[in-house]
Amino acid sequence: MSIKGKAAIIGFAEMAPQKGNGDKTPLGIISEVARAAIADAGLEKRDIDGLLTGMAIGDYSVLWPSVVAEYLQLQPRYFNQVELGGASAAGMVWRAAAAIEAGMCHNVLCVLGDTRGTKATGTKPPPFPRLEAEFDAPYGLIAANPGYALIARRHMYEFGTTPEQMAKVAVDQRKNACKNPAALFGDKEITIDDVLNSRLIVDPLHLLEIVSPCTGGGAFIVTSAERAKRAPHRPVYLLGAGEAGGHCGITRARSLTTSLVKPAAQAAFAMAGVTPQDMDFVQPYDCYTITVIITLEDAGFCKKGEGGRFVWEHDLTYKGDFPCNTHGGQLSFGQPGLAGGMSHVIEAVRQLMGRGGERQVKGATIGYVNGNGGIMSEQCSLVLGVQ
Amino acid sequence: MADYKKPLPRPTATSMPFWQAAKRHELQIQHCGKCGAHIFYPRDVCPECFASDLQWVTVSGKGTVYSYTIARAPTHPAFADDVPYVIAIVELAEGPRITTNLVGCKLEEVRVGMPVQATFEDVTPEVTLVKFRPV
Repeated sequence: MSIKGKAAIIGFAEMAPQKGNGDKTPLGIISEVARAAIADAGLEKRDIDGLLTGMAIGDYSVLWPSVVAEYLQLQPRYFNQVELGGASAAGMVWRAAAAIEAGMCHNVLCVLGDTRGTKATGTKPPPFPRLEAEFDAPYGLIAANPGYALIARRHMYEFGTTPEQMAKVAVDQRKNACKNPAALFGDKEITIDDVLNSRLIVDPLHLLEIVSPCTGGGAFIVTSAERAKRAPHRPVYLLGAGEAGGHCGITRARSLTTSLVKPAAQAAFAMAGVTPQDMDFVQPYDCYTITVIITLEDAGFCKKGEGGRFVWEHDLTYKGDFPCNTHGGQLSFGQPGLAGGMSHVIEAVRQLMGRGGERQVKGATIGYVNGNGGIMSEQCSLVLGVQ
Repeated sequence: MADYKKPLPRPTATSMPFWQAAKRHELQIQHCGKCGAHIFYPRDVCPECFASDLQWVTVSGKGTVYSYTIARAPTHPAFADDVPYVIAIVELAEGPRITTNLVGCKLEEVRVGMPVQATFEDVTPEVTLVKFRPV
């Protein structure tokens, strides 16, 4: 049994990221994008019988899926929390498809919303894992920045990847963001020098290579391939999915430079029966510039170690020879807390539905999405396409 | 030292021998009697073969820098006075990798692959952290 082609995304909605905390709560954001996504799919609230949501830093508690169901007054027959950090949104797609194929439900609302902090709710943010508090935090290895800096440094050591090559990712993605009115940083293009002259935060990573946490969220609706035929927009089918994990703190990763994207992407492409070279665009999770380079290598778009040269030699813009993060990526679009990975899935769907506006990749029919959580610790790769 | 504000480990029954050894300025990690793996951080069963036969052994304290970053901005507010500081992953001669700080060397001299030796920093009367310095 395979879920290939068995389910499709038929509608979506996204909140334009906002700097800072604002006065919105995660549940407020979730309700607005859920309502808009259901309408976009041509459905009514009563049609939603599945719910996948994910932890919000800005409103953290146990029993979150029930909190969301109660807030929206949904009565799901299938509901759960997908807790894969930045890979949560991608992870929702195949879980929704599997639940539908198993006959557990028909229409799954997948929704994430989060705030910059806890000001709007006065709640406590979720704690970091206790073992990291014991063995990493005393040395300052705290949160994501230093973890990805350790990865970048090792990649530079093993393969000669340069700061200029890493900066190119941020530069090209910014060009895409300049065609995205919703992007947090979409008003002005940047140069390699701008990136390299921005402040070094955790050497070798500069400020403009690091995501900016913000407030935002998004939602999409997954339904069966059969029901998708009646949807108002072109359905975007799940053709392949793959997932991989195995470490939490980066010190315990088997490798710093060959990531779990490799098995996740291999599984996704195998299920879809296609190769990386068949993709019309890619939307790889981009918390940092190095994340994109390693993801492209491990997903098979170039050889291991050649990711730096690959991004340098290709035009990553929506009109380039290798469209990558056509919404600007999180680096320019913004990273709304744990809702961050939603933007990559939604942009892939937007492109495949032909709703990309000024930044539409012409003739796009198939694309690759990767969700990445923690410190390269949760990977979920998807192949999405239209018929 | 009473005003030490940086995060401190909270040992568990499983990890206590590691921290007690550090306080004696010894680096002890676990060794699996069944498959021979050296293990860090401390576990209750061997993560390689799932055996329970784990022994604490004193290791050389020798290792190499697997990767490092120089924090130019504090990674936590309590580290503000330490900037710039080196966060590193050291690969011990026995195999496991350990999160640490490099001390006793100039920032511009830090390299991946650099041989290092464990050194012990008594940061509070109760807690000793395991750091590394160039050999």
